[in-house]
Amino acid sequence: MSHPADTRPRRQTTRRRIFRRGPWENAATGLIALGVIMLMQPFSFAAFGWSFAVILAGTVGFVIVSHFPE
Amino acid sequence: MTEQTMSTPAPQQRTATAPGLTGRLRGLSDRAIAWLFIGPTMLLLLAINIFPLIWTVYLSFTNYRANQPGREVKWVGTRNYERLLGSEDIWGYLQATAHFVVWTMLLQVILGLGLALLINRGFRTASFWTTLILIPMMLSPAVVGTFWTYIFQPQTGIFSYIIDWFAGTGALDMIGAPHLAPWTIVIVDTWMWTPYIMLLCLAGLRSIPPYLYEAAEIDRANALQKFWYITLPRVLPFLMLAVLFRGIENFKMFDMVVELTSGGPGSVTELASINLKREAFENWKTGYSSAFAIILFVTVFGLGNIYVKALNRVKS
Repeated sequence: MSHPADTRPRRQTTRRRIFRRGPWENAATGLIALGVIMLMQPFSFAAFGWSFAVILAGTVGFVIVSHFPE
Repeated sequence: MTEQTMSTPAPQQRTATAPGLTGRLRGLSDRAIAWLFIGPTMLLLLAINIFPLIWTVYLSFTNYRANQPGREVKWVGTRNYERLLGSEDIWGYLQATAHFVVWTMLLQVILGLGLALLINRGFRTASFWTTLILIPMMLSPAVVGTFWTYIFQPQTGIFSYIIDWFAGTGALDMIGAPHLAPWTIVIVDTWMWTPYIMLLCLAGLRSIPPYLYEAAEIDRANALQKFWYITLPRVLPFLMLAVLFRGIENFKMFDMVVELTSGGPGSVTELASINLKREAFENWKTGYSSAFAIILFVTVFGLGNIYVKALNRVKS
């Protein structure tokens, strides 16, 4: 059984590892790019209908994750 | 007393005012002085950028019509967005925009990079040609659109004459033919903005240290290998930056296309921004067009984020 003082730094390290800016920013960028493609593609009308939601999610996500630590 | 002596303040006056102002400023903290300088700009920004944006977001959820100010404004929720994203016409206008953006970017990258490589060879009249190539970029898009309508004239225009001379097509109505009109706006934008891409590529090429090429020479790399392993990776960030910037600008393209084709024939060159203007100021569907403007704004904002990320990568 470990002491709470021992687990805290490890939890912080795990959180830092998960919430790193780089991969999340890349994911948000990918979502924006996907949304723009869905908005302007000539193949699927259903994809066009969902495009704005995807772009909005990507953009809001980008704004949030840009505040994560490096 | 002469005019000169009247306009110059007396020395004792100058010494009297200067310490007063400095003293007053000295009483303020650095933070307060910073706010004093930034404040007016912030207010101006709020008044002309942020407030209209928030107001447009509000209008996009209403049935407001700017030509009927006395009419009751009803909250319609997301109905404007649902109508826009469920309209095949809007889908068509965005496809026309995509055709324009994709082809202009592709042609401008190929021609811009080619011209930059050519200019970078440093021949004797390189600076003269650089200046000449940069001229279209300095012209107003409205002027460019207007004079290209004369160039594209089927009977008197030089474009039709040249194509006829090479291919024997006869009088070619580029602006009037539905299958050719989308290419007219691509040609004109490429003519106008290739120099911009060339300029950025040239900046990238000039930043490559010559010793890299010297080392490649020693390793007996051929021209294609030098281009693939040295030139392209070094120029790519600059190229990405140029593509993103021009892509965003072309997504919002309005003035040049309005002057050149006015969105016609039919609606084959009606780009998203042209349709937005039509809905807002010809059909007076202010709420509906506000929703359309917000969709375009969020798209451009999203692309802008990617642009800033690319810019930071170039800087680092």
